[in-house]
Order: sequence, then C-alpha cells, then structure tokens
Amino acid sequence: MPELEITKIQELIYELRVGDVMHKDVVTVMPSTPVSKLREILRDNRISGTPVVENGRLVGIISVEDFIKWLGEGSPGCAVADRMTRNVIAVCADEPLIQAINKLERLGFGRLPVLKRGTEEVVGILTRGDSIAGLLKKLDVDYRQAETRHARSSHIFEDIVADRSSLIFEYDVAGGSFDRAGASASGLKTSLMRLGINPQTVRRAAIATYEAEMNLMFFTNGGLITAIIESNSIRLEVTDDGPGIENVDQAMRPGFSTAPDWVRELGFGAGMGLHNIKTCADRMRLDSTVGVGTRLAVEIFVGGQT
Amino acid sequence: MKLKDVCKILEAESAWEADWTPSATREVTSCQASDLISDILSFRGPDSLLLTGLTNVQVIRVAELLDFVAICFVRGKRPEPEAVKLAEDKDIPLFATPLLMYEACGRLYAARLPAGTKKEASPIA
Repeated sequence: MPELEITKIQELIYELRVGDVMHKDVVTVMPSTPVSKLREILRDNRISGTPVVENGRLVGIISVEDFIKWLGEGSPGCAVADRMTRNVIAVCADEPLIQAINKLERLGFGRLPVLKRGTEEVVGILTRGDSIAGLLKKLDVDYRQAETRHARSSHIFEDIVADRSSLIFEYDVAGGSFDRAGASASGLKTSLMRLGINPQTVRRAAIATYEAEMNLMFFTNGGLITAIIESNSIRLEVTDDGPGIENVDQAMRPGFSTAPDWVRELGFGAGMGLHNIKTCADRMRLDSTVGVGTRLAVEIFVGGQT
Repeated sequence: MKLKDVCKILEAESAWEADWTPSATREVTSCQASDLISDILSFRGPDSLLLTGLTNVQVIRVAELLDFVAICFVRGKRPEPEAVKLAEDKDIPLFATPLLMYEACGRLYAARLPAGTKKEASPIA
C-alpha cells in the first residue's frame, strides 16, 4: 500500500540526522586566501562553495556565485574575507535531516556548513545531493533487509535437500468461543503470505480454514486444524470427535443448515459453509460418523509463487 | 474512488477510536453488501468495501481474510468494542452510516462503484 511506504519514508527522514549524510572531509579556505586561488580550489575538489574558517571557527562562506561576480568586476586583487558571506546559516550535526532540508529549501541555498553543537567548529558540509543520497542509501538498506527476510521464508522449499518436504502448522480450535474463533484462519493466512504463496491461493486456503473453524466452534467441543504445506499444494485436515454429521450429502447442499437461532443472529448458519469450502478447494473429502466425529480433508493446489 | 469519497457519499463517520485519516486516500474499486457471513465469504474482497449490518468481531475476521479495504456499518449501527479493537489491530478502517442498506448501496452504485467479482475463487479445473 502506497500509504505505508510514505509513512516509512517519513519515518526515515525523521530518523536520519545531518551527521549521517553530510560530507565529513570538508574543504575550507581561510579569510586571507586570495579570491584568485578560489577557482583551483573549487575545480580541483569539484565543489561549488566552501566554508571560510579561521582558527578552527566558522567565519563565513564563499561560493562559485561570489567568484563569478568577482570575475565580472574585472578580478580585482582581494582576499576571500572581502567577498564572503559573513552571517552564515549553519546546521548542527545532531539535527534531524528533515529540518536541514527545510532550511535548504526555504533559503534557496545549495549547501549548509555543519557545526558540532555548542561550538563553531566545522565538522562537515551538507548539500542537497547529500540529503537525497543519504535517504536513498538508507531506503536501499531497509529494502534489502526486507528482501532478505522475504527470501528466507519464500524459498524454503528450494533450500531443503529432500525428495519431499512439507511444513506442518497445527491450530487448536476451542468449541463455543465466538470471539476467539477465526484466529486459526488469520494465523494461517499470515504464515502463508510470509511463505510467498500468491494472495489468491492464500485467500482460498484462509476461507476454507475459516469456515471449518467456525463449524468446529459452533457444532463441536473443539478440534484440530492441520495445514500441510508442500511446494505445490496446501492440504488442510480438520478433525473433531463429535457429534458427527448425520447425512453428509445433505450437509453439503447449499442452504442446508442445522444452526440454532443464536448462530443465525450472529450472521452465520446460512447453510453455505461446506459449499464455500468446496468452492475454494481443488479436492475435498468429508467423512463423518455420528457419535464418533468428523474428518474434513481439503487440498488446494499452489500456483505460481509471488 | 478514494475511501474519503466513499465516506462523503454515505455520510459516514469513523467508528474507530484511533485516527483513520492516514487511510483516507486508499483506493476502493468495488463494493459488496450482505448481512450473512457465508455470503461475504463467497465475495472476493481485494480493494473492496464491505457494507453490512453485522457488528460482531467475526465480520472483521472475514474482512481480514478477504483483504477488504474497509467496512461500513449501515442503519446507524455501531460495532462492538472487540470488533473495533481487532479492526484497528488489522488496519481495517470502520465507518458507520445512518443510511439503510438499500440507499447506501444505491448511492455508491449511482456513483459508479461496481460490484466485486466472484471469479477468483473458482477452483482450478
């Protein structure tokens, strides 16, 4: 969802400090440096401006614009001190990057000297390019970490050396606990998504599990849902030990329901549960013996992995 | 259609306790309406809005499993506290509209929000 990504980027911007992205080896000049030397200094270092430092203190800033203006005036012999901007706006290394970016935007500056907090010591310089590069780098790191996590679970079957392999998830379902019911289907859905199985297949497995889970909750004293995940299929086995279904064919018929009123009032009991399971399944088998229990087996083929 | 536009059309207000506005620009591409869980489970919900009069926690579960964008309760009903909690947990915005189901559906349909499809779940033959 794009909203989430924006939030993530906003979070990153607030997390990042100026010190994380600034250039640390700053080229500086002295007030006494002749302006005529500026061309070489800017060109050789491929920079467009530089802080002016005297005795370790920031006293000004001079840029290529100042140099061009000086050229336009016929290159009079003078020192940086005569041409530099004196009221320098600087940022602190521990300031959030977002504040510094706002300053760059608002003032229309190309660069800001970075000071150690509480001092006038220049520890770095921040340019617009640095801000963007820093963010991209941080995003890239986070993205790679997320990718690695994803790969770790989604390629699990390729990484295992065996003729056959499967993952087995088991969910205990309590009878009668309306508020908690559905947690198994939810847990299975989350797990299957993490395995990188395509969302449509995951939804089918989740719906089948949910309907089976609600049947256990409404009609039995509880039971067990077992999900067996292999590289090309998801198998669900749902078992309970009573009361059993009298007529399985009738139970499968859409609209047939034995649900009591309280179940219907909650929006259930339309007699579509087993039919919905069948719709989601590629294979389905239902065995039941009254007084003994019921066993439902569902198989869903796994298509392409995402 | 954006979620905030849906709210405007339905004259709906948030039923979350938390702030839902970060989700206001989520895209809603279809709508499904029912008061029966089994019906809802036969819908295919991705990017869909669910209109229902059911307010219990299982409606939220179902919306989560089917990837509904949001749920709007009709005829002035308010969700149960456990339902609100689960919805906030699963990031499914909840709304309440004073409109009856028929009018809520009618307004959205008139605004060209289509019904969702049933295609996705058909088993591989």
